[in-house]
Amino acid sequence: MTFPGRARNDRAETSYAIVTSFATGTELFKVNYWPKAFNWGNYESVLGGRNFVRSIGNSIFIATTTVVFALFLAVTASYALARVRFRGRGLLLMMILAVSMFPQIAVLAGLFELVRFLGIFNTPYAMIMSYVIFTLPFTVWVLTTFMRDLPVEIEEAAIVDGATPWIIITQVFLPLLWPALVTTGLLAFIGAWNEFLFALTFTSSETTRTVPVAIGLLSGASQQEIPWGPIMAASVIVTVPLIILVLIFQRKIVAGLTAGGVKG
Amino acid sequence: MATNDGGLSLSQQRQRAAFWFLAPMLAALFCVAAWPLLRTIWFSLTNTLLSDLYGGEWIGFDNYLSIRTLESGRVIYRGTLVDPAWWNAVWNTVRFAFVSVFFETLLGLIVALVLNAEFKGRGLVRAAILIPWAIPTIVSAKMWAWMLNDQFGIINDIMLNLGLIGQKIAWTASVDTAMYAVLMVDIWKTTPFMALLILAGLQMVPRDIYEAAKLDGVNPVKVFFKITLPLIRPALAVAIIFRMLDALRIFDLVYVLTPNSAATKIMSVISRENMIDFDKFAYGAAQSTLLFAIIAIFVSLYIWLGKVDLSGEGQK
Repeated sequence: MTFPGRARNDRAETSYAIVTSFATGTELFKVNYWPKAFNWGNYESVLGGRNFVRSIGNSIFIATTTVVFALFLAVTASYALARVRFRGRGLLLMMILAVSMFPQIAVLAGLFELVRFLGIFNTPYAMIMSYVIFTLPFTVWVLTTFMRDLPVEIEEAAIVDGATPWIIITQVFLPLLWPALVTTGLLAFIGAWNEFLFALTFTSSETTRTVPVAIGLLSGASQQEIPWGPIMAASVIVTVPLIILVLIFQRKIVAGLTAGGVKG
Repeated sequence: MATNDGGLSLSQQRQRAAFWFLAPMLAALFCVAAWPLLRTIWFSLTNTLLSDLYGGEWIGFDNYLSIRTLESGRVIYRGTLVDPAWWNAVWNTVRFAFVSVFFETLLGLIVALVLNAEFKGRGLVRAAILIPWAIPTIVSAKMWAWMLNDQFGIINDIMLNLGLIGQKIAWTASVDTAMYAVLMVDIWKTTPFMALLILAGLQMVPRDIYEAAKLDGVNPVKVFFKITLPLIRPALAVAIIFRMLDALRIFDLVYVLTPNSAATKIMSVISRENMIDFDKFAYGAAQSTLLFAIIAIFVSLYIWLGKVDLSGEGQK
């Protein structure tokens, strides 16, 4: 056996969604293994309805803002965690890991109150704020493991030249860290893009939904009629860009996913 | 050590900088994690309603368990700890977590071992197994819901044609099969992640150990159990705990794939339902606090018993 069966299965499963997304009305309800004819009707109805395009916009805005904010705080924090020896560093690292492994439901009630208090319920800012809970610990954790591996000599040379820690980060480490930042940012972006629980709870109208909530709650003309064609078309639209990104960055993603956890 | 900057030693100066570098991150985490967690625990000790967040009164542990003796001498127990729906959810969550993590570890180990061998197209396969991981959970839930559809789904069609089943099965709707459907999708989705974590562990095993074993003519099964498994045990332990924590807090897959099915109602779903949909905000908060406590106890036990070094500090 040269190829494990999984790889082929994965494609078969995705392809049924693609086949379905091109089918219309009654054709949908005959099981096809291959598209008989291409029909863009489902894509037109998904993209033609203004709300789904709105949702894509919401998702892009929320995920990008969250990631930029998390990376901004994480770069300096991970420098301190990776390169400076201080008491309680191990404990702090464990706490950060614990937060990233948090069951999100455990903070839902408190976050709901906070969101209401700040008056950001049903706005993108509710999601941007709440996504910090998993993007920030994750980016700090991964960047710390990347930063630990940077050679000590570079830093020593900079210190001899009288560079302050801030200069070391911005002038010496940041240029070396670009690949790690891209990987970490991409992984955090995927996490924020896919999040469901907070986005479901903190939005109440169709125009403020993110993509996963829009797909999860996409309903037809009546309660009984589930619009499978448009759902599959929407699924393909939001999945294909992700798959392309993942395939382009696959090596880096594997490195980022396995950083930290596995070295122990 | 050179002293500059107003008499501070270099290491003192660095530690001071480290403090200011960490402060914004800690402040952010306090606001979105620690504070909401404390508020949730506080809400669980009140009778707050969703419609009136600040009108709650302190009722102690009544949301968890309240024992009241009536004048007739009858004792009435109330609260989530005597709620059969809650215990059903606990049982569903635990069963889901253990079964899914068991199969994901087993299959992940097999995939990782295959990917660790040299063969043509390995890079391609490694890229391909990332695909289920990259697909948003909601999308995979919808995709599988459609494939598992009782009338028009491809899975029933294939199994019917192969003669594996006599009649079409309502996979996601039927009480008997709903849990299998959820397990199947979760295993499909997360085995790649498991495989990658294990693969990273496998690649740290020095190749010459295998060569030496090969020269000595040790049988491959014995090599796996006596050499490979002990060497990747730390990586495996960490991978299992990550997956376990993810499985215990799962929400989105169940919410979309099998909504309203008692057979798959898990802790996070039931607690959100009470909190938001049923206007029993404080009661739901009590359930989510219990979920948090269960996970915290589980993690502490696992780290303590397995002596797992999660922070990676030990290697230094």
